Amino acid sequence: MMITKPVSVFEALDLGLIDFKKALEAQKEAYSRVKNGEQFCALIFCRHHPVITLGRSSSRKNILATEADLISGGIEVCETERGGDVTYHGPGSMNVYPIINLKFFKKDIHWFLRTLEEIVINLLSDLRIKGLRLTGLTGVWTGIAGEEKKIASIGITIRHWITLHGLSIIIKEADLKKFQYIRPCGMDIKMTSLETLLGRNIEMEEIKEILIRKFEAEFTRHVNMVNS
Amino acid sequence: MTNVVLPELGEGIEKATISYWYFNPGERVTEKEDLVEITTDKATFNLPCPASGIVSEIFFHEGDSVNIGEILAVIDEG
Repeated sequence: MMITKPVSVFEALDLGLIDFKKALEAQKEAYSRVKNGEQFCALIFCRHHPVITLGRSSSRKNILATEADLISGGIEVCETERGGDVTYHGPGSMNVYPIINLKFFKKDIHWFLRTLEEIVINLLSDLRIKGLRLTGLTGVWTGIAGEEKKIASIGITIRHWITLHGLSIIIKEADLKKFQYIRPCGMDIKMTSLETLLGRNIEMEEIKEILIRKFEAEFTRHVNMVNS
Repeated sequence: MTNVVLPELGEGIEKATISYWYFNPGERVTEKEDLVEITTDKATFNLPCPASGIVSEIFFHEGDSVNIGEILAVIDEG
């Protein structure tokens, strides 16, 4: 029997607004397809209902919200296997979960993290915003030296050199208020949103379209939207 | 006997932290199964068993820092 190799494109899914746990299931299903060789690589775009997620390095002390705050804000708390500390995801943040087999690119965690940062920096550049890396810290920042604010957080898991989890970019200003409930990444850092920086509304769809082009450029593969 | 070695994880990464052992000494493992989860920077990495057998020794505890190339555990294929 002839075995057909999966076409080397990234298959992208947009799950829209979805619970963090349901999106995690979708990631695991995509991971299985990539691991079994049924699919080359995948990208999952989604937004979450309010959720605070903890990574492997997280301390519960970095959640500042009381139980009452969480209940009144309808905020769920989920522990995850990804790297990094605590973060918040709201409906106004765009998450991208790349399920990428690094064996086809570079078996290098550092390279992959820096590539995700580069994608966000290039997205910001298209919108005439200067994105920055801060030495020793993963993520993307903006602003003047000494007063930088974080706009994108990154935390990943790698199994058999296939990546899970990924990046979260704050788009809508409304999401920023909820960051008072945590110490993002376990540090006293200030967050910002794309709308705050632009001073205008921006559609999630526009961000997704730019991100697709940036993934195509960095990984030199075509991104094929499975749904839209 | 097969040594479980912390592999190269990427340019400039010299150390990682043991975050979770999926097995205890004395337990049977199968090749390619997740054996240990390690953490570096903003990433967790699952190291698979290099061989099937019994985990005879584990040299580092969860929370320990390990250098690339160090032996984490030994698997006895006997």
